[in-house]
Amino acid sequence: MSIKNLNLQSVKTLYLAEMARSLRTVLQSIVSPVISTSLYFVVFGAAIGTRISEVDGVSYGAFIVPGLIMLMLLTQSVSNASFGIFFPRFSGSIYEILSAPMSYVEIVLGYVGAAATKSLILGAIVLVTARLFVPYSIDHPAMMVLFLVLTAVTFSLLGFIIGIWADGFEKLQLVPLLVITPLTFLGGTFYSIDMLPPFWQAVTLANPVVYLVSGFRWSFYGISDVSPLVSLAMILLFLGAALAVVAWIFKTGYRLKP
Amino acid sequence: MIRVEGLSKTFAGGFQALKDVDLTIRRGEIFALLGPNGAGKTTLISVICGLVNASRGRVLVDDHDNVRDYRAARRLIGLVPQELTNEAFTTVWDTVSFSRGLFGKPGDPAHIERVLRALTLWDKRHNRLLELSGGMKRRVLIAKALSHEPQVLFLDEPTAGVDVELRREMWEVVRALRAEGVTIILTTHYIEEAEEMADRIGVIRAGEIVLVEEKHALMRKLGSKELTLHLHEPLDSVPPALAGHALALAEEGHALVYTYDATSEQDGSSISGLLADLEAVGLRVKDLHTRQSSLEDIFVSLVRERR
Ligand SMILES: Nc1ncnc2c1ncn2[C@@H]1O[C@H](COP(=O)(O)OP(=O)(O)OP(=O)(O)O)[C@@H](O)[C@H]1O
Ligand SMILES: [Mg+2]
Repeated sequence: MSIKNLNLQSVKTLYLAEMARSLRTVLQSIVSPVISTSLYFVVFGAAIGTRISEVDGVSYGAFIVPGLIMLMLLTQSVSNASFGIFFPRFSGSIYEILSAPMSYVEIVLGYVGAAATKSLILGAIVLVTARLFVPYSIDHPAMMVLFLVLTAVTFSLLGFIIGIWADGFEKLQLVPLLVITPLTFLGGTFYSIDMLPPFWQAVTLANPVVYLVSGFRWSFYGISDVSPLVSLAMILLFLGAALAVVAWIFKTGYRLKP
Repeated sequence: MIRVEGLSKTFAGGFQALKDVDLTIRRGEIFALLGPNGAGKTTLISVICGLVNASRGRVLVDDHDNVRDYRAARRLIGLVPQELTNEAFTTVWDTVSFSRGLFGKPGDPAHIERVLRALTLWDKRHNRLLELSGGMKRRVLIAKALSHEPQVLFLDEPTAGVDVELRREMWEVVRALRAEGVTIILTTHYIEEAEEMADRIGVIRAGEIVLVEEKHALMRKLGSKELTLHLHEPLDSVPPALAGHALALAEEGHALVYTYDATSEQDGSSISGLLADLEAVGLRVKDLHTRQSSLEDIFVSLVRERR
């Protein structure tokens, strides 16, 4: 499908309505991530961090900044996008989206675009907040933005998939709680992979979040656990996988069309 | 306007909700789809609107296949679902404008205002949906469906849970839409609604269309008439001289009821024959009236008959 065929009016309407929905809860959607990341900085950066020597030549407080932003970006992308599509399914108002003259691509653009935008805005806010606690530098700003955008989009797609798969609020919270959060904490947010014993280093490399955090941290300080190109390739791989699942969902009508 | 051809739907569990349905809806008509609970009315509408995948068959909306050419087909359709579904925290104005945009139309506040006024929702336009009554919420759903100026409007039980006065108001809205050339398909359990509104009536039972007919033709065809004769003096039994007519005693002998088919040619003459015979027997008639069976009688007999 070419861009000319895209029903931009519909996409815009869906996108703006999704953005407006989160504006109604602006306080909880911005304040709570900012507070929780600030707490991380206070506890890990200031309190514990002063006792930890530099990691790879970067102060510990600065070392954890990229990881914390990634942590926030992942959880927010997943929760925004999953809730965004789950809610109309739950309330029944999804009939309107499905009966509108919109292609699947347009529906995904609206929902996932809005979810990714929101988490990117939050990411920017956290980045600024972090500056209040620790000085950091960004060596490769363009790459940093690229990593941010790719991650936000990929995990918003994942959230979208979860929101379609879930048939209750429990399941909606299950995946973020049981999968995303542990993977992020074990993904090198608070430590460098080579601090681990060799066996656990190998295990960790099976964790997709490691590549995200590593690549993202490289764009800040030029240090990384794995090559930034490998990180980029891995993100693109997840993105492709998520896109494939979404395409399959719409092709089969899974949980959307009986 | 809409052609449904050989449409079947079997749900994942193996339940067949639609069985080889053929149906044509004419441009500009009001078509009422009648049927008992679970007959497949909502399923049929859902397939046409693209909410449910058909198992077999196809649907053409103004000659656009609703799967291959879904954009063109869906643009023409407005759908008012049976269930109340609302995003509780948006305002009436926002949700109706949202629907218009979703269908790819540029904003048009004047049109939205017209729709809201026609549905007497204008005063509530700044209210959030959770602040509305059930009947108002239903009208919001209608406003949403009308927001993008559809040529075909599906109303799935539009007047369920709506009080009598409002129901009449809604009928007015529907008539006004028809006057503008909008094709309307409504499902209902209220026979009076179909009788009042519809140009044509379809009856669906257990996934099969069992009848499609002009309303008037249907009522003429299936509607037997009754002529009730109120007598001056009560009778114990029908006099033997009148045995040739289909007569029955009623009201403890104070009335004779004559049942006949108003459409058949000879009945006109048979009434005059009956009256002549009454005269001959010397029965004096105080009063008389005729009654045509309503759609409700027809519907009940139709559904019962096939059961
Ligand atoms: N998603 C579904 N999965 C399985 N069966 C379904 C599904 N939707 C509807 N059915 C079944 O299909 C049949 C027809 O349902 P439908 O909703 O079309 O009936 P209806 O004529 O609209 O009834 P009502 O007057 O009660 O609204 C019912 O037996 C129903 O249980
Ligand atoms: Mg129904």
